[in-house]
Amino acid sequence: MRPSLLVTAWVIARKDLAIEFRTRTAFLAVLVFAVLGIATFYFAWDATAVAAIDLAPGVLWVIFTFSGLLSLQRSFGVELADRAMDALLLAPIDREAIFLGKALANLLFVAGILVVTVPSVALLYNLPLGRTLPILFAIALIAAIGLVAVGTLFSAMAANTRLAELLLPMLSLPFFVPIVYGAAQTTSMLLAGRPLGEAWPFMKILIAFDLVFLTACTLTFPYILEE
Amino acid sequence: MTSRALPDDAGAASPVIADVETRPLFDWLFGVAVVAMVAAYVRAVFFTPVEALQGAAQKIYYVHVPAALSAYLALGIVALMSIVYLWLRDERADRLAESSGEVALVFLTAVLTTGPLWGKPIWGTWWTWDARLTLTLFLWFLTAGYLVLRGAVDDAGMRARYSAVIGILAALLIPFIHLSVYLFNTLHPKPILLKPDKPSMPNEMVVTFFGFFIACALLCVALIRARYRYGVARDALRAMDLAEEGE
Repeated sequence: MRPSLLVTAWVIARKDLAIEFRTRTAFLAVLVFAVLGIATFYFAWDATAVAAIDLAPGVLWVIFTFSGLLSLQRSFGVELADRAMDALLLAPIDREAIFLGKALANLLFVAGILVVTVPSVALLYNLPLGRTLPILFAIALIAAIGLVAVGTLFSAMAANTRLAELLLPMLSLPFFVPIVYGAAQTTSMLLAGRPLGEAWPFMKILIAFDLVFLTACTLTFPYILEE
Repeated sequence: MTSRALPDDAGAASPVIADVETRPLFDWLFGVAVVAMVAAYVRAVFFTPVEALQGAAQKIYYVHVPAALSAYLALGIVALMSIVYLWLRDERADRLAESSGEVALVFLTAVLTTGPLWGKPIWGTWWTWDARLTLTLFLWFLTAGYLVLRGAVDDAGMRARYSAVIGILAALLIPFIHLSVYLFNTLHPKPILLKPDKPSMPNEMVVTFFGFFIACALLCVALIRARYRYGVARDALRAMDLAEEGE
């Protein structure tokens, strides 16, 4: 009997996470990149003209998107070595399971980055996070699901092309616009102490994006892997 | 997998190559489109009254709107052909999507250059993040990305599948971008967005507009057709090269 879709997906995700845990290179590199990016923004900032509370959501989400791209690059990049992808394709599992497994590993990877970047932004830009922190993490997770769904698909595509490093951001960034927009607007409302209900229209965009693109990317992924 | 335009014994006797060689250099549809375009310009510039409030700047409208409609037409073909390709695996659908994508980029570029030229004297700014402007800009980015992707994949079947997937996903993305900007603007209204309502135009202007619309649509179709024919010849030549290498 073939194992169920989600069980197979988890096996694939665990494989990717095990590789990452044993080498630890990519995760640390992306973390340093993210914090470095947050610090670099400081030098492009006139604190007398723009309040930290207005700047921070933009910094957080732009840096998060870019570090997400870096980590997604590696998702299918690791399968190129020794033609590991062929072995993965030979395995008697659904292509959808490969996608969901890869996406799950990427989600955990990206969530790990968020756990460091959100407090870093709060610390370096002196933000009054406090009680809003759990809500902010919840929104970040919703945003990350959409980002990872689209990014995992494009990573599989870009890995097989010339220009892979250039193509992934070029294809992904237009798709990240609704995510950056929804997440940054919600964040700035939270930071301004406005009621969560006001941010609901933006969160609806995020949730709808997750549903539409998680479904669409899972369904179109098998076409990417055809031989 | 994909059906080939050429029979297996494709060689010097390939019907596609023979067709290309005997085809007249003059493309009649393209010729008609260019004549129509010139006529539409002449009418818009010399034989259409100047608008009372906006002055000569309003004449950009005759190029801008038909170009946008032609771009939408071409992009619609890309999205439709992407679905058709994944469904039927017919390489003609892929070639039509490729041709329409390139032509769409040309028309979108025309829209994005004529728009600011009009916006500066009328709105007082080259650019504003209005829903329609933003959407057009991102359509341009998506189309450019689509074409760069096509150029970065060597295998024909893989290129067709990848670009079809992008074509479908981009069509799904458009409502989200539109919704994002729409929400943004309702929450933060900007007075500059007052887009002049289309006035009940005098008949002469309406005729000029429709003339331009037809000329633009003709040019769009003629360009797609020419680009498609080029694609057929290019693929036939490539298949011939491959056949020779195989021998």
